[in-house]
Amino acid sequence: MRNVAAAINRRLVILIPYLWLLVFFLAPFLIVFRISMSIPVTAMPPYEPVFDLSSGWAAWLEGLRELSFENYVWLTQDALYLNSYLSSLWIAFFSTILTFLIGFPLAYGMARAPLTIRPMLLLLVILPFWTSFLIRVYAWIGILKPEGLLNQFLFSLGVISEPLQILNTTTAVHIGIVYTYLPFMVLPIYATLEKMDHSLIEAAQDLGCPPIRAFWAVTFPLALPGVIAGCMLVFIPAIGEFVIPDLLGGSQTLMIGKTLWTEFFANRDWPVSSAVATILLIILVVPIVFFQQMQARAQERER
Amino acid sequence: MNQNWSRFNIASVVLGFAFLYLPIIILIIYSFNESRLVTVWAGFSTKWYAELLNNQQLIDAAFVTLRVGFTSASIATVLGTMAAITLVRYTRFKGRVLFSGMVFAPLVMPEVITGLSLLLLFVAINFDRGFWTVTIAHTTFTMCFVAVVVQSRLISFDRSLEEAAMDLGATPVATFFQITLPMILPAVIAGWMLAFTLSLDDLVIASFTSGPGATTLPMRIYSQVRLGVTPEINAVCTILIAVVAIGVIVASVLTKRQEIQRRRDEHAVSDERTV
Amino acid sequence: MKSLGSTRQKFAPWQDPTQKPFIRFDNVTKRFGDFIAVNALSLDIFHREFFALLGASGCGKSTLLRMLAGFERLSEGRILLDGEDLADTPPYRRPVNMMFQSYALFPHMSVAKNIAFGLKQDGMARSEIEDRVGQMLKLVKLEQFARRKPHQLSGGQRQRVALARSLAKRPKVLLLDEPLGALDKKLREETQFELMDLQQELGLTFVVVTHDQEEAMTMADRIAVMSQGEISQTATPAEIYEAPNSRFVASFIGDINIFEGTVEAVLDGHVEIAASDGFTMRVESELATTPGNKISFAIRPEKLKLSRKKAENDVNAVKGELWDIAYLGGMTVFHVRLASGHIIKASLLNDVRAVEDPFGYEDEVWVSFAPDAGVLLKD
Repeated sequence: MRNVAAAINRRLVILIPYLWLLVFFLAPFLIVFRISMSIPVTAMPPYEPVFDLSSGWAAWLEGLRELSFENYVWLTQDALYLNSYLSSLWIAFFSTILTFLIGFPLAYGMARAPLTIRPMLLLLVILPFWTSFLIRVYAWIGILKPEGLLNQFLFSLGVISEPLQILNTTTAVHIGIVYTYLPFMVLPIYATLEKMDHSLIEAAQDLGCPPIRAFWAVTFPLALPGVIAGCMLVFIPAIGEFVIPDLLGGSQTLMIGKTLWTEFFANRDWPVSSAVATILLIILVVPIVFFQQMQARAQERER
Repeated sequence: MNQNWSRFNIASVVLGFAFLYLPIIILIIYSFNESRLVTVWAGFSTKWYAELLNNQQLIDAAFVTLRVGFTSASIATVLGTMAAITLVRYTRFKGRVLFSGMVFAPLVMPEVITGLSLLLLFVAINFDRGFWTVTIAHTTFTMCFVAVVVQSRLISFDRSLEEAAMDLGATPVATFFQITLPMILPAVIAGWMLAFTLSLDDLVIASFTSGPGATTLPMRIYSQVRLGVTPEINAVCTILIAVVAIGVIVASVLTKRQEIQRRRDEHAVSDERTV
Repeated sequence: MKSLGSTRQKFAPWQDPTQKPFIRFDNVTKRFGDFIAVNALSLDIFHREFFALLGASGCGKSTLLRMLAGFERLSEGRILLDGEDLADTPPYRRPVNMMFQSYALFPHMSVAKNIAFGLKQDGMARSEIEDRVGQMLKLVKLEQFARRKPHQLSGGQRQRVALARSLAKRPKVLLLDEPLGALDKKLREETQFELMDLQQELGLTFVVVTHDQEEAMTMADRIAVMSQGEISQTATPAEIYEAPNSRFVASFIGDINIFEGTVEAVLDGHVEIAASDGFTMRVESELATTPGNKISFAIRPEKLKLSRKKAENDVNAVKGELWDIAYLGGMTVFHVRLASGHIIKASLLNDVRAVEDPFGYEDEVWVSFAPDAGVLLKD
């Protein structure tokens, strides 16, 4: 009898976040898909058909028949979209590698640091993350401009005679992504490295393994879960990045996030934006599911 | 991993942090620049801060952002904690895989997708866009971060403490509030702060889901940046950085104090134990 | 002043047919998926008993305890407490309290608050709580530590807090999960007697789970030896030691010698056996068996006699070679190798300081025993 209260509590704890996510996370995707099959109109809402219950069932069914894959066909006809997808994948991939190259030594150095300094180092890595991401990207504009600080610095050193055009190029986008996502790469790797038992390295060395080989044979494989987590946390969101290509990139820099934004806000074409988003989602399904499996497995391992 | 901090290690740490902090430092310095041009230093001045006070738009936006941040972070913390409990404690219920997927996906989902999809939802159900739509949007994507933070603390939580509490007569609800929550509180608070920061910081989702009268600070900053860079922006940014830095420093000082007190208690014990 | 132990000797409610069991496990089964942790187990525990569940890890004893506490649901069967079926009663409504193996003290509460926790849940008045907590602290001799936090206490002190906390509500039954496991040897011995005295003073029923046979033998009124989810034997320590009912129980507790053989004759109160080691055994037993059956005879090392020559009237005697000698100070254990290759252990008390003609390695010796010195096992 009294167990009913406990059972109800348990149901509530599960149901409330579940319902929230169903309504505000999952359902919207379905709506995106449905709108991707509509046509744009200058009205509010700017698409047709509109499924309005007050018009009755007949209007509903009529609306269903009007849905089509027109927008998707249209996407395939304009190279802009295909290029945006490919370009996004490439930029995200390349940036992830760069982030890794900078982030791994940083994480490794932090993990080897004296124990007393480590909390402070951790704090220092997280601190930029607490400051506005927009601000930090914005700061790079000032640095990378033709009249910006980087050029002034290189100029004063006599390394260059003409200002480098970095801003409004893809290079700037790479720098921006690496800079913004660095903490996401460093933290998982640091967490994994820190938990590593240093006596494993000592055992390897005791068995005759020189330090560099010990690193590749012992340290790196053990750090791999953290590395993969870090790469996922950078790669996947970077594909859909908007702010960085918008502020730092040029008209040549095609990224799907920017394309979607333009399609939505500038062209006011909601159906096409939805189609773009749907395809992006489909592209991301595989890496996202992979990431979730990893998380679930990591959770199980820790039990 | 705590031996010999080699020169290579020190170098990589120093360079890494230099890379992270340089832009911020430059930003702060130039907020005190007399000249309008961000690239020419014309002397120290605080006039941009003064002008800031007259910029009603920015101030309004700041308040909106804070309100959205507080509200969404608080709701997200409650929901995220519930989600964490579900993930860790309730291992067998229908639809668990879907639930787990929905909790982890927003961590990596590009914001344009989240923003667009939520906007379309609000339009479809005729929900007027404004303060609440932004807040709901922020709550949705930040609760997942809270869930991840709280979950990792819950996993390492000693369940026998909860069993002991129940054995002594505490109902599951009482056990949660008297035993579990006080002990996972640091993680819950960290989750709140994370959610608050993410909300404060968000541009894309807010742009999609916000409405008239609910323009957030990032949205305002972004629109001004497109028009041209002014040092007022530097000033706003510096203030934000200062606020955050102070908050973090205060938090770490408080935790340090707790540590010292705890160690003092332990020393008292080891002295008495010889009795 | 009478020692508390003397009252124990007359305490045997399990022999009294009019006594109703206080705790009854009725055909209890617990399954975890395909794995059967507890298998159709039935057990009666009486009021004011100090009962021990003894077994190796994985035998199901902890699961049984947790089912009694309410942390595991039964797959089948019932558990009755004072006649009432505990069925769906959640752990926070059972008049049973548990002392956890890890103590499970609430780290963010002081000693006093830990002890008061259960009383607070019941809504007891503040002044009453204070009184009761004071009593408990006095009981476990931790009055000065009321305001300390658990991390400021030693292992032994934490154990006493855990004990005080679990007794604070005056439960009908106290469950103890490996209570002495984390203590060092000396502390363990002291605490064993403290627990026994406490149980007698308070008049409670204790159920202890342990893998340590010495602990069980010292503290318990009765022991249930468990293996693979079932009870092998439930009896007093003396009965279990002197009259084990199976090979498993015989070898689980203490050392044992087992002679295999075939029944030759069944006489009045005696059985004659042809031992496979090449001698005839004549043992006292009421066991109903028939000639031709295979049978085992179990006898403890201290019940064996060693001599250089075979005595005239020794019925059960066999010759062997001294294979190994373990000098343990108070006693010596002699390993004797019989002609068949079977090695037996015989232990002799070192009750004289200087032994005339001590046994040496490879000496020829005769091992003998009285007819009532061991038991036949029904395997």
